[in-house]
Amino acid sequence: MTVVFKKSVGLTDTEQHYCPGCTHGITHRLVAEALEELNVLDETIGVSPVGCSILAHKYFAIDMCEAAHGRAPAVATGLKRVHPDKVVFTYQGDGDLASIGTAEIIHAAHRGENFTTIFINNAIYGMTGGQMAPTTLVGQIATTAPKGRDPKHCGFPLKVSEMLATIEGAVYVERVSVDTPANIRKAKKAVKKAFEIQLSGEGFSFVEILSTCPTNWGMNPKDSMEWLKENMIPYYPLGNLKKPQEAR
Amino acid sequence: MAKVLMKGNEAFAAAAIKGGCKYFFGYPITPQNEIPEYMSRELPKIGGCFLQAESEIAAINMVYGASCAGARVMTSSSSPGIALKQEGISFLASAELPCVLINVSRAGPGIGGIQPGQADYYQSTRGGGNGDYQVLVYAPASVQEAVELTANAFEIADYYRNPVMILGDGMIGQMMEPVELKEPIIRDASPKTWALTGTGGQRTHNTIKSLALEPDDLEEINLKLKAKYDVIQEKEVQYEAYNLDGAEIILVAYGTVSRIAKAVIDDLAALNIKAGLIRPITLWPFPYKAFNDLPATTKSVMSVEMSFGQMIDDVKIAVNGRVPVDFYGRTGGNVPSPEEIVCKVKEILGGAES
Repeated sequence: MTVVFKKSVGLTDTEQHYCPGCTHGITHRLVAEALEELNVLDETIGVSPVGCSILAHKYFAIDMCEAAHGRAPAVATGLKRVHPDKVVFTYQGDGDLASIGTAEIIHAAHRGENFTTIFINNAIYGMTGGQMAPTTLVGQIATTAPKGRDPKHCGFPLKVSEMLATIEGAVYVERVSVDTPANIRKAKKAVKKAFEIQLSGEGFSFVEILSTCPTNWGMNPKDSMEWLKENMIPYYPLGNLKKPQEAR
Repeated sequence: MAKVLMKGNEAFAAAAIKGGCKYFFGYPITPQNEIPEYMSRELPKIGGCFLQAESEIAAINMVYGASCAGARVMTSSSSPGIALKQEGISFLASAELPCVLINVSRAGPGIGGIQPGQADYYQSTRGGGNGDYQVLVYAPASVQEAVELTANAFEIADYYRNPVMILGDGMIGQMMEPVELKEPIIRDASPKTWALTGTGGQRTHNTIKSLALEPDDLEEINLKLKAKYDVIQEKEVQYEAYNLDGAEIILVAYGTVSRIAKAVIDDLAALNIKAGLIRPITLWPFPYKAFNDLPATTKSVMSVEMSFGQMIDDVKIAVNGRVPVDFYGRTGGNVPSPEEIVCKVKEILGGAES
């Protein structure tokens, strides 16, 4: 029998704790496949955040550590400065990266740290139970925004990729989505590209992945995908925001 | 090696490199800036890396990353900067990661001032961050002692897989004294097989973590840490006992204040008051055993600090009600003068001038 698809050897057999319909599973696979295809699984060190994906180290068959909330880019900086020849990545959600960890992500980009950040934007705090994130859309209900996000009260949703693209040291910034098979293929391409750029030593690479959180959005997985497409993509447009040749 | 005249902060940095430090992450704050400045100049020469972080919080997390990577790494700061690092210190202790932290402490609270202070005793010895954890805390009283404790700190940190803090007040950091840089005492730490280096296809993947959601799992981790702390308390206590025989009063002081206390002992002798000194060198583990055999002549044990009284808690635990425990302290960056301390001693002993 011909094998047409198999799980990446970059993933363990451990059963994942993610909720049904959560897109972390897809993204874990994309990261593992990209690293496997680049033949660097044995030379990679990952940093998991505080948030739902804190346990990512159980699911990736690579060296990993947990970081304090928002601090993954600083931890990755320490790792990469000691091991400049290894592949280093952070995997962070939007509460972790876009709220408590803004200083760390901006300055890692600013220094042009030669590691890769995979940024999961699902417009909400997952692990703590659906509180408003900086990325929560206007009008979107959250447990700390019971009447929906009011920009007069707490501002408009933060566009992290656009912000990072203005920084000289960020050489690759792309926003992708995992809501359709076509978009998942594009996301995989972007993740792989980000690691390739790291391997060539060009600087900081960043992939924002629009993701779903059916549990905290209060929707079934299918409706969540639809909601992402209809509400998130118009506000967070997909595509490349910066490529190496544009980085001066 | 011949002695050289060095400023305390530069001596800390030179000793750290002697101790094997190759990576430094820090953020500017007075009165410790000569440490990162020295490291920025010297670490690249030995193939290491100095990096100025965007904040103290980032700096300690870079230390965490470099320690995960298996490197000998340190940071330095001063009191409010150490307060910002406490989240990371708790994580380092939790994940059993070795590193060296230097606190050139100043007066607080808040941003306080930039003159010397010892009001960081609590945040150093009581686990300044969350949870049940300890870091080893050494308090040098001279630049020479500072270089010896700092050079040895990396071996101790690796040996116990635990953060080690050197608590030198601003006076130690800023003064110049002749020093001899010595080789560190080797501890035979286990190889860092736990470090994150990439598996290289040679082993299963390593994980360094702090989260444990099951109460029984977390308690087991905490019990393992506790067992380590018990060994440290048994084996690593250091103190100096000075002039205790026949002492009517025993002063307890560390760092800069301990040197003033020695001058006070001479001044009191001239007044026919016999005084001694217990000088903790390790603040954690605290040298409780130094107080086991107090002389029968002792009427008071007096803690002297550049604070409103923090170490006095440990002194009271050590004395355990056998004699009164008294206190004298100055704050705000003021250093207690010998005259003030003599005056307080005379008050305590009922003006016992012969």
